[in-house]
Amino acid sequence: MSLDAVLLSRLQFAFTIGYHILWPAYTIGISGFIVVLTLLWRATRKPVYREQLRFWIHLFALGFAMGVVTGLVLSYEIGTNWSVFAARTSNVIAPFFSYEVQTAFFLEAGFIGIMLFGMDRFPERLHILSCFMVAAGAVASAFWILAANSWMQTPSGFRMEGNNFQIESWRAAIFSPSFPYRFAHMMTASYLTGAFVVIGVMGWYLWRRQHLAFARSGFSAALAIAAVLAPLQLVIGDLHGLNSFRYQPIKVAAMEAHWEGGAHQPLTLFALPDMASERNDFAVDIPELGSLLLTHRTDGVVRGLKSVPREDRPNVPIVFFAFRIMVGCGLILIAIAWVGLWLRWRGRLYDTAWFSFVCAFASPLGFIAILAGWTVTETGRQPWIVYGQMRTAQAIAPVNAAAVASSFALFVAVYLTLLMAFFYFAMRIVLAGPETPAPERESLAVRPGRDSAPARTPAE
Amino acid sequence: MALDLPLVFALIVALSIALYVVLDGFDLGIGILFLLAPSDPERDTMMNSIAPVWDGNETWLVMGGTLLFAAFPVVYAAVLPAFYMPLMLMLFALVFRGVAFEFRFRATQSRFLWDWAFSAGSGIAALMQGMMLGAFIDGVPVRDGHFAGTTLAFFSGFTLASGFGVVAGYSLLGATWLIFKTEAATRDFARRLAPWSLAATLLFIAIVSVWTPFTHPFIKDRWFSLPNFLFLWPVPFVTVALAFGIWRAVSGKRDWLPFLLSAALFMIAFAGLGISLWPYAIPYSVTIWQAAGSRDTLIFLAVGTVIILPITLTYLGYTHWIFRGKVSSGYEH
Repeated sequence: MSLDAVLLSRLQFAFTIGYHILWPAYTIGISGFIVVLTLLWRATRKPVYREQLRFWIHLFALGFAMGVVTGLVLSYEIGTNWSVFAARTSNVIAPFFSYEVQTAFFLEAGFIGIMLFGMDRFPERLHILSCFMVAAGAVASAFWILAANSWMQTPSGFRMEGNNFQIESWRAAIFSPSFPYRFAHMMTASYLTGAFVVIGVMGWYLWRRQHLAFARSGFSAALAIAAVLAPLQLVIGDLHGLNSFRYQPIKVAAMEAHWEGGAHQPLTLFALPDMASERNDFAVDIPELGSLLLTHRTDGVVRGLKSVPREDRPNVPIVFFAFRIMVGCGLILIAIAWVGLWLRWRGRLYDTAWFSFVCAFASPLGFIAILAGWTVTETGRQPWIVYGQMRTAQAIAPVNAAAVASSFALFVAVYLTLLMAFFYFAMRIVLAGPETPAPERESLAVRPGRDSAPARTPAE
Repeated sequence: MALDLPLVFALIVALSIALYVVLDGFDLGIGILFLLAPSDPERDTMMNSIAPVWDGNETWLVMGGTLLFAAFPVVYAAVLPAFYMPLMLMLFALVFRGVAFEFRFRATQSRFLWDWAFSAGSGIAALMQGMMLGAFIDGVPVRDGHFAGTTLAFFSGFTLASGFGVVAGYSLLGATWLIFKTEAATRDFARRLAPWSLAATLLFIAIVSVWTPFTHPFIKDRWFSLPNFLFLWPVPFVTVALAFGIWRAVSGKRDWLPFLLSAALFMIAFAGLGISLWPYAIPYSVTIWQAAGSRDTLIFLAVGTVIILPITLTYLGYTHWIFRGKVSSGYEH
């Protein structure tokens, strides 16, 4: 057991979980939008919403497969690389994972077949029910996995028996202090990210002046969702930050690069935090604002990084910059959503070319913000795997560093290849545009597989 | 008398593994046979026959993993690091095979690549599962609740035999599933292959069954001591009878029968494994009671599982039922 195996396992886990989180965010967001589309269709019976539904189910399917296979990896990686963590915490958090499978994965897996292949084959109600079930499964999955993560951030409801965590209260362990905030923050992030994927694709069509009626319907619905969720996310994020300030003050000190602590702390807009000399270089500060934001008083006392020994501090520059990237992306999304609102009020939403162009390229921002946000919260938790209770270095499995190095290299190669394949196929769906409306469809050649998948012969 | 929760969860874990092996077994088996199919339309049909259900089938693998983590944390923490290499290879294989479902249908020039990804992914996943089974039978060295062996210990002649046994067995499930779910050229292809898959499966079952007692005294004792032998002697005969039944049914009129009998063959092999290893959760040092999590945790897990699992089985059964009947070839409607 060497430091190398720890570092390699951390890198591998960070890479595989960071890669994985993109797909749940995408599938939660798009499945939510699909539910909105089914509601719009039921309410208005406008064929354009059926077209939207068909189009997004195709794109959903592509991302769903990526989420399933990359999630499977994680459920085993906890054991293969972090077996000591698994053994010590299993009596508290392991049931969360099992309940995630039972309440979420099976629900999604059971109804995904009907959702993907059943639109023209089964009664509309059954198909819509399946869309709801898949979306509900995605939410349930996030609930349990964030309960487990939040417990690692703000552990509660347990007692120690030797090295092992034992359960005292399930309610306290599931609803740990940071859980409600983290859950709300992640769900909103996913729906917002999904909305901006829709906005991006529809913005592209509007900018290219293609599929106009189709593009308007999706653009309008998704921008309306974003106009509400983007500012809401700022409020939830602030509450989440205040929660972290209370329960994980050193993480917040790293986010703000506060070394000394005390009252009247500035807000540091930019700096190069230097961990060796425990100071910020090239700092651009706004006096008093740091204390004001965190305590809502200018003389509020803020804990600094120096209040704990060096070995108990996270990597400050990573947390500091990731936090700024997340907030920066979020502010741009708010700006786009509100410009959309203003253009809608002026009646220029669909024919403002520069706005369509900006939207077409805004889709990655949600994903970048999510990755940056998870970097803040996970790197900010270090050096602890269970905050304040168990160190990451103590959690490592008895694995061979060379074995981890080879699996890590393979993960990078395989995952990047698949990412390119995903973009290639997703681009092809987007560039092909919505399918021809139903009456004409029958006479066209059907592509094997997707449209025609498991058809049934007439009852014998 | 308090309920023996470790025993209850051992049964639930066994059920999950059994469901996984049969359900994902036919998925993987179709992947193993994929490149042997005569042409592309048959390959479309083969994939279509599992496209709506493969995800649910594979979820039993995650179910098994998380149940081990929660109910038998000692197994999860000791055995997973022991199988680091084969597990990682299996996961990579399953990644390729899983995304191939979506990508293959969208691909044009690159389609052959996804055919290979699907087939090789299925084959490697099956091989690794079988090798882990063999290594598990060989026993996993554990000290203080953690793995105390070496990374490459999973690789041996015995584990290879067990690995190819699982590959052959899955291909039998895949071929008989195709007889059940398809018609015309695809079914003819499956009927040609099924006897070969059956022969290979029996060969490897025989090799592993004869090899195991010679090198594993505990298992030899379990089967050949009295009074056990008096109860267990029919097992090989039932196996042979099932195999004969499959061979007859492959060319018979009841298309569902070969698959059903093949699943039964798997179940008897699985039962044989259970008989061999009982009561160990990690052979040959940790029993299911020693491996179990705390009683509070098991109660919390049991309450939900007893309620949710029947519901899950119901709607999964419903989705299989709603996609019942023969799958058409894909080009023709």
